[in-house]
Amino acid sequence: MTGLLEVRGISKRFGGLQAVSDVSFTLNEGEILGLIGPNGAGKTSLFNLVNGVYKSDKGSIMFAGKDITGLSPDRVVRLGLARTHQIVRPLQGMTVLENVIVGACFGRENQSMHDAHATALEVLEKVGLAKRAYSPARALTLASKKRLEVARALAAKPKLLLLDEVLAGLNPTEIAQMIDIIHSIRDSGISVFMIEHVMQAIMNLSDRILVLNLGRKIAEAPPAEVVHNTDVVEAYLGFPDIVDKLRGMA
Amino acid sequence: MMTMLRRPLFWLILLLAGIFAWLPVRGNNVALREDLILVAVAIILTSNLNLMIGYTGYVNFGHIVFYGLGGYLGLYLATVRGWHLVISALVAGVLVSLVALLFGLGILRLRGAYFALATIGVLVAVQAFVANFEPWGRSTGMYVSFDSYAPLGGPRHALWTTYFLVIGVMALSLLLSLAIKSSKFGLGLFAIREDEDAAIVLGVNATVYKAIIYSVSAFLPAVAGALMFFKNGMIDPSIAFEYMLSLEGIVMLMLGGSGTVAGAALGAGLYERLRSYLLTSPRLSEFHLVIAGGLLLLVIRLAPGGLIGWLYRLIPHSREVVE
Amino acid sequence: MSGILASMIDGLLIGSVYGLAAMGLSLIWGVMDVINLTHGSMIALGMFGMYLLFAAIAGNPYVLLIPVIAAGLLLGILVYWLSVNWVVGRSQLMSLLSTFAVNMMVIGIGTAIWSTSPYNVDFSLSGITVGAYTFTGNHIAAAISALLIALLLEAFLYHTRAGKAIRAVADNRDAAELMGISSTRVLMVAFAIGIALAAASGALVSTLFPFTILSGAGYQLKSFVVTVLAGLGKPFGALVAGVLLGLLEGAVSPFIAVSWIPLIEFGLFVIVLIFFPRGIFGKATA
Ligand SMILES: Nc1ncnc2c1ncn2[C@@H]1O[C@H](COP(=O)(O)OP(=O)(O)OP(=O)(O)O)[C@@H](O)[C@H]1O
Ligand SMILES: [Mg+2]
Repeated sequence: MTGLLEVRGISKRFGGLQAVSDVSFTLNEGEILGLIGPNGAGKTSLFNLVNGVYKSDKGSIMFAGKDITGLSPDRVVRLGLARTHQIVRPLQGMTVLENVIVGACFGRENQSMHDAHATALEVLEKVGLAKRAYSPARALTLASKKRLEVARALAAKPKLLLLDEVLAGLNPTEIAQMIDIIHSIRDSGISVFMIEHVMQAIMNLSDRILVLNLGRKIAEAPPAEVVHNTDVVEAYLGFPDIVDKLRGMA
Repeated sequence: MMTMLRRPLFWLILLLAGIFAWLPVRGNNVALREDLILVAVAIILTSNLNLMIGYTGYVNFGHIVFYGLGGYLGLYLATVRGWHLVISALVAGVLVSLVALLFGLGILRLRGAYFALATIGVLVAVQAFVANFEPWGRSTGMYVSFDSYAPLGGPRHALWTTYFLVIGVMALSLLLSLAIKSSKFGLGLFAIREDEDAAIVLGVNATVYKAIIYSVSAFLPAVAGALMFFKNGMIDPSIAFEYMLSLEGIVMLMLGGSGTVAGAALGAGLYERLRSYLLTSPRLSEFHLVIAGGLLLLVIRLAPGGLIGWLYRLIPHSREVVE
Repeated sequence: MSGILASMIDGLLIGSVYGLAAMGLSLIWGVMDVINLTHGSMIALGMFGMYLLFAAIAGNPYVLLIPVIAAGLLLGILVYWLSVNWVVGRSQLMSLLSTFAVNMMVIGIGTAIWSTSPYNVDFSLSGITVGAYTFTGNHIAAAISALLIALLLEAFLYHTRAGKAIRAVADNRDAAELMGISSTRVLMVAFAIGIALAAASGALVSTLFPFTILSGAGYQLKSFVVTVLAGLGKPFGALVAGVLLGLLEGAVSPFIAVSWIPLIEFGLFVIVLIFFPRGIFGKATA
């Protein structure tokens, strides 16, 4: 069986820096695939390649049986591949609801304004932002802005959702709530590809984990195996407490 | 369509157009008609400019190009080709929109300030082209021959006819702004205004949206230009592409409140009246640009939302009525 | 010597004045990310500044450049506080509109005082004749003055504390603040220098051609073209690109009417922006 997302030999160079280097992997339908790696490993760049924000130098990307290599992000999201931003980017001057309506209107189902309104309310309920629907997006706290990122992406009715550090900067209660949201997303049949530095969370959530270091894939395995992979441990050697955490969790 | 009928502003626009049409007819007041037609043109230019600046967040310094080109094409078709005025104006509108679409696909690849600079270039370039274009009389321009007014029942009657047509175009401009504002297309534009890259990631095809709105914002100004220059009886490159008028459009928009339908109309109306007053006042006429510039500086510094933004802050619920 | 060569040499001389104007625009753009739409009116004020000084004193215009530059610096400080300081770091729309508002005011005042009829500075140096062609002394002197001013700017930016501070702020405003450089003062100085350069170039143009208060707009467009040709925030690249633009104008002017030139410049502007967003000297790296 072929996977929902198949990335083959993807590479991206910025001047003298090889940000992503010959990365291949497959994401199966219904799976939560984790993506970890030290700061600057190229994780966000990989997301940007997958959803078309960056044009790849080499390699190909297949999504749901279609070749999406080189497609612009707006076409990619219409095919059912939505994402959030690590550094939140709400449409500041609009309300929370309007932000999510944009996601629904221009997403996979290309909904009318009327349907998008209903979808948006539903999604806001799901991520726990219903009470803030009519607030201006700029007035939200960071935690709420992260939920807004997730809500907007969900409103696109994606088959695959890319989550870029949606837990970073949240307090423990907020993290727990977000983890519940991610579980419910998967239960609703959406596959998830997520970047996370909060190790405990990613170890628990992911079916499998992909590890990047210096732009290269150094491991791809279930969480329990990843923590015993010597390459992974070495990659994190500069960050000894992370090694401890990895061990402690598996 | 049904939802349009439920919006107060829809009826207010029709009422405004009705008042404009009725006022000068009562008592056959030609002077008032000439004043009001200038206000109407200001509203047409400003509300279409608003589609770019207010809705999409792209400053167009050369918006007057559409008006001037429409004037040239309309005059050419109506006098040299002898077409009916209304047909000439509509064809001029369509052609100018197509030209805008072509320009747009080129310069809209530029973001933000670069786009704004390119629009200055468009203005200069089009003006240079027209000033060298033999069929349009180069720098001396073109005149409307007297018999061109015959199909409209002679010059006197023709002036009234163009007046009503311009009022119609004004109403259409405002209705267009209103319709776009509440449409999915408009939502996409607002998303681009807020954050173009984020909008693209959310699925908005920004390239196409921007090119379309640039082209749409050219149509009614071009029609208005065809009507106005026909009415005035002549056109030349310096009056057709008056840079200052292009710039004053931005002042009008910021004054009224960019991004709002009512703001564009309010700012245009107020500023045009102020301008006429200043221009006819012997002592102040030389300073109207100074006052315009000072006004713009004050507005963007103290009330970046313009008059309507100020109203929104004063009475939050006014948002639902005054869009 | 062929006509086209003579025309190109003349273009080269005038191009150095374009370059000088563009240096001012480019400096401001690079240092504070503000697109200065007062540029054209400041060039025009430079023209009239020279005109007034020359009418009052009848001295050598190249000496009179010094008071024009000094006045430009003061004017720059005034404009900075009026329209720039509060938009630095805000959206580009804001800075476009606020500098544009000041531009309108200056043009309005200028029109009220001088109307829009042409003026000229009645001064001419004897030229150099080569075969059938004469290069006027004013063109040569203007080019030399422009180059001298550019050299002075380079010395200032690279060899004085204030100049180094400006470059540091241009490079990274936050880092410069951390190093204790007051960015407001640095920005103000950079802006003032940018305006002084615009005024100086206007003063030089006034010795070459007749001018009106609206003449600055044409040179502003050229400055934009030159600035993007050079790549943003590269003042010395702007000087070179200005010379190139002058050369290009010189090369085409024997064949087409002058009134077509804006069209060519605009085409160049858009093509460069689309295909060479970092300027023709820019490296294709991030
Ligand atoms: N548009 C770009 N231009 C130049 N360099 C870039 C660009 N985007 C990313 N990089 C560089 O590529 C490298 C990888 O960056 P990336 O953001 O993908 O890392 P990351 O793994 O997401 O890190 P973090 O955990 O800090 O988010 C970094 O060195 C970054 O500076
Ligand atoms: Mg990242």
